[in-house]
This record gives sequence, structure tokens and C-alpha cells, in this order.
Amino acid sequence: MPIAANEVTWVTEPKIGLVEQLYLPAIIQGLGTTISHSFSTLFGSGPPVTQQFPEVRPKLPPNYRGVHRLNRDEQGRVRCVACYMCSTACPAHCIDIVAAPSPWPDREKYPELFVIDELRCIYCGMCEQACPVDAIELTTLCDLTGMSREEMMFDKEKLLSVFDQTVKAGTDPVRTKGGKLGVASEVADSGVTWSSTAES
Amino acid sequence: MSLQYDFNFWVTLILIVVVMGAIQGTCAYMILAERKISAWAQDRVGPNRVGPLGLLQPIADGVKFLLKEEVIPTHVDKVFYLLAPAIAVGTALLAFAVVPFGPTTTPPVLINRLPDLTEEQRKDVFATFDKSDITQEALAELARTASTLPTWQQTMAGRKLLLEADRVYAGQLGEPAFEERLKAYNESIQFVIAPHLDIGIVFVFAVSSLAVYGIVLGGWSSNNKYSFLGSLRSSAQLISYEIPLGMSALGVMLLAGSLNMERMIADQAYHGWNFFWQPTACLLFITSVFAECNRLPFDLPEAEQELVGGYHTEYSAMKFALFFLGEYTHMITTSFLVVTLFFGGWHLPWIATPEQSGIGVTVLKVAIIGGKMILFVVFYMLIRWTLPRFRFDQLMALAWKVMMPLALINFLCVVLVKYLGFDQSWQGRATLLPAALVLLTGAAYLTVLLPRKRERKRIYFRGHEIAPKAKTANV
Repeated sequence: MPIAANEVTWVTEPKIGLVEQLYLPAIIQGLGTTISHSFSTLFGSGPPVTQQFPEVRPKLPPNYRGVHRLNRDEQGRVRCVACYMCSTACPAHCIDIVAAPSPWPDREKYPELFVIDELRCIYCGMCEQACPVDAIELTTLCDLTGMSREEMMFDKEKLLSVFDQTVKAGTDPVRTKGGKLGVASEVADSGVTWSSTAES
Repeated sequence: MSLQYDFNFWVTLILIVVVMGAIQGTCAYMILAERKISAWAQDRVGPNRVGPLGLLQPIADGVKFLLKEEVIPTHVDKVFYLLAPAIAVGTALLAFAVVPFGPTTTPPVLINRLPDLTEEQRKDVFATFDKSDITQEALAELARTASTLPTWQQTMAGRKLLLEADRVYAGQLGEPAFEERLKAYNESIQFVIAPHLDIGIVFVFAVSSLAVYGIVLGGWSSNNKYSFLGSLRSSAQLISYEIPLGMSALGVMLLAGSLNMERMIADQAYHGWNFFWQPTACLLFITSVFAECNRLPFDLPEAEQELVGGYHTEYSAMKFALFFLGEYTHMITTSFLVVTLFFGGWHLPWIATPEQSGIGVTVLKVAIIGGKMILFVVFYMLIRWTLPRFRFDQLMALAWKVMMPLALINFLCVVLVKYLGFDQSWQGRATLLPAALVLLTGAAYLTVLLPRKRERKRIYFRGHEIAPKAKTANV
């Protein structure tokens, strides 16, 4: 719609004075800021914001989407029931499951083969959202390396071992699908913020 | 006859090798210093992984540049494509030939002594002249003109006459003649690659101007619209800023009475640093030097690389490295220039004076000029993170409308001081200081007084956070 005349304000820029026209006082003031920042970083009164990475790991939030793991239940069995929901939900089609009749009485199926190609994965977390039994989860492990493409296709044992490694990290899901609260909920409720920069 | 100026071959060769190596090494470490200083100004640490405190980082960078794949696109003009970085680096290194980087002594001057001799002595001097070289008329002409012409306009024959006159004059005073002093000077070790080059600073300006070719050819040969435009802008910037560069240095040249950089340092040692007597010229020179090196705030050719293109878009590993080496060498050369012209070179008032000599003092003087140069390089890098970039029209307006008139008026002030004979003492030169400050403030005041060409207006649309509320139901 056209602009009405009363919506327009005509404003002139203020004229700059002598001191500003010289530009030098402003430059010197700017140099003062730069030099004071340099000195404070160098001689320690203000620490640099750089985090020296391999020595200092960043604090990652509990819902960080890193490497997958397959969870175990209280008896140490794999939780997954091979329902194929994660595999169907995956946008990158990186989960391969082969189901088999489960050796335990309280379940029908269990995954005989469960392979995730970590290199195809886009770490979107859809599998974690889709799983009805909280079997698959993305951890906070972010620095994943491998020497070959074959090495990066994680099978069931590898994924379970990731679980064994990270179960004590305290980054289990905040609220499980079953509605129970996980360990990380206490952390979330206590108001501690998880950020990756060293703030304290 | 032998060469007029014979030089010590081995000393010169060693100087060249050492200095060129030192410059390349300094350039490499300046890249690290730039990254570190940028980091500190931004509250972070710079590279610190390669070697302790990142000190081996330039070596890693050098290895990367050497081993990277050399890609020459098919659509470029091969000859100029390969020539452009060579010109950029070559001219930058060549300009360093006359820049002093350590203690220097002033070369001897051949003064016309014919008027100081008695008539008898003058007849003797003309008698020693080999008549077979020259006819009687020419000799008479020479005798007439040699006594009136300044020394720099002599012919070879006239020069012989003056040398002889000087020998007689010095002989009667018991001092060494000009030729002996010149021989002693040529045998002494001067910390300049090409000492006694009487056109000193004009050589530096001339060779630095050739660096524009590197940029223009780089942009043209890349066969790329954006490279071409970027290089055109860069060359316009460089050429425009050469004028204030030369003109602001004119005042210094006048006061020193010579273009030779060693004489300028000696002049400052005896009369006070030029920074104190001509701060305006110093400021103009420093600004021009920033523009000549394509550093912020005159960063437009390089900023265009991030945005659009620029003259080194199509360049890969080593050629790209050569362009940047050229830029950093320019920074080093111009830092030395600023230190030499305005901050007294290796001179410190009671600590390092021209009369002192000896190995300890030599080392001290090298350290002093090196230290001043490093301070100026750090200043270069700090200004990069202090000032925003100029727009192209602001850049050109600054060069032509502000800096050139200021430099010209500064030059007039120096001419006035020299005409009145004040330049012999530092007190006389000190009258330039208030003149410079008045000039700067006066120019700023004039700019403030000038009426605006057009009023700038702002329109606030509805919805802007400081827009006026809609007055009536005009929705």
C-alpha cells in the first residue's frame, strides 16, 4: 500500500564537530580499546575465549546428537526389539537390521544384526525419536575417527560397547518414552546450563 | 680510469644474501605475528599447536605453499599470469636496496672549492688540467661555469677540475681530500645494500610504483571480470596514494637537503626527529603507506576477494604466496622508510649517536632500528582491527581532496622555514610544529564549516522501531 505522508519523518543527520572531523581522537580511542584487549589477553587479566581442544573437552548438552549407542536394560540385554521403526524413520537409510526370534521369553524379536553406517548418518536423531523402547540413543561422543570406511560401519557389538563406555556419563535421556525420568533430568532440573564454552 | 664508485664486492654480496634471507624470514614470521596479534586483539590465542607458541607455524605454511599443486587455468593469459606475481615480489624486494637497516655514516660531498682558492691556486689548478682533452674555448667556458654550477651539474671534465681544486684546498688545510674520504667511505661497511645512492628515496618510490604492474597484470591476465575490476580499483588506489606519499616526504627531503636516506638520518640526529617538527607530514605519510600496502583501512582490493573476486582469485599455491610475500615485504620496506624519514632511524638521543662507533654500538644501532621497525609493524597490525574499511569513493576523495592539499601546504611551510634560514637549528625547526598542528586543525575546521552538498534525510516506515505512530485511522 502506498506510503502516507504522515508516516514519513524527515530527519537530517547531525553535523559532525571539529573533534570528530579530525578523526584522530576517535582513532586513538579505538587504538586504546584494541591495545587494552591485547594486553588483557596476553597478560592474563582476561582469559582468552579459546578452548584448547584436545586437552579441554567441551561440555556438551545432554541432547547433543553424537554417536549412536544401543541401550541395555537392567538385566544387561539389548533393549532393541527389531521393530524397524528407526530404520524406517532414518532419512539417510543408514540402519540395517536383521530380526530374529529372541532368546528371551518376554520379547518376540531381537536384532540379530544391527548395523549403522556412521558415515552415511546425518545425526538427525530421528531414530532416537522413533524408537518405542528407548533402545537407540545418540550420545555426546563427537570426535569419531576411523581409518577405513569399513571400520565406520558400527555393528551391534560396537554399538553396545559405546553404551558400556558412556553409561556413566550422565547424559542418558531426560525423559524416556515410557515416561520415566532418566538421570540427566536431575541435571536439567537443577538449572545447570550445559554449554560448550568454558564459562565458569 | 677506474669506476667512480667502486664497491666492496664481497661485502655487498654477503649483505644481499643476508638481507634477502632476513626479509623472507621476517615476512614468514610476520604472517604468524599478524595472526597472533589479531587473535590477542580479539580475546583469543592465535596458532599455538605447531611448535611452542606456534613458532613453527610459518614453516608449516611454507611447506604447504611449496607442496601445493600448481594449477594454471586454461583461460588465462599465461605469460602475464606467471609474470604478475614475479613483478609484485621483485619490485618489493628491489625497493629494499636503498633502505638502511643499521648504522650508516653520511657519504662525503664534493663541494665546489674554486671560489675559496686564491687566484694563484686557481691558475695552478687549471694548469694541471690536461689540455689535450679540451679546447681553449671549452676550457674557458668550463672555468667559468665550474665555479658557478652546483656540483650535481658537472660534466666529467668539470668534475676533474673540482676534484683538483678540492685537493688543493684540503691540502692547505691539512685535511683528507674528497677522493680519500670517498675511498674510506666505500671501504667502510654500511648497513644499506646500495649505499651512497644519491637518489635514495626517489628510487624507492619509483620501484614501488612498478608494483602496480603486478596487480594490473594479475587482474588482466586472469581473464575474469571480477578480477579485472578488483585490480583496476586496486591500481587506482595505489596510484592515487603515491602522490601524497611523495609530497609528504618532500618536507623531510628539503630539511635534510638531500634524497639520500643516510643523510636524512644524520640530519635528524643533529636537528631532532622529523616526527616532532612535522607531525602532519608524518601522519600523511603513514596513511599513504597504509594505502600503498593495501592494508586496512584501505583494504578494498583484498576485501573484494571475500566478496566478489579480486586480482588474485585465479592464483593458487606458490603464485598466491608470492603476491602475499610482496605485500608483506612492502610492509617491511615502508616501516623502515617511516622510521628513517620521521623517527630518526638508528638514532636515540644520548644512547646511539652518529659519533659513536664500535661493535657494541653497531649491534645496538641495528637493534634500535629493528625495534622501531617492529613497533611500526605492530602498529600496522593493530590498526587493522581498529578501523573500518573505506569505501572506494571515500578512499579517492581522501587522497585527492584532503591529503594532497594538506601535503602541499605542509611543503609550503617547510619551504618558508628554509627560506628564512630557520632550518639550521632545532629551535628554528620547532616553529614547524605549531604550523603543522594549525594546518591540521584548520583543515578540519574548514571542512566542518563547508555547507553540505545535499541534506541527507531518513524516512521511517511504519513498523520501524522508532517510526512515528500512525496519526489517524490510515490503516
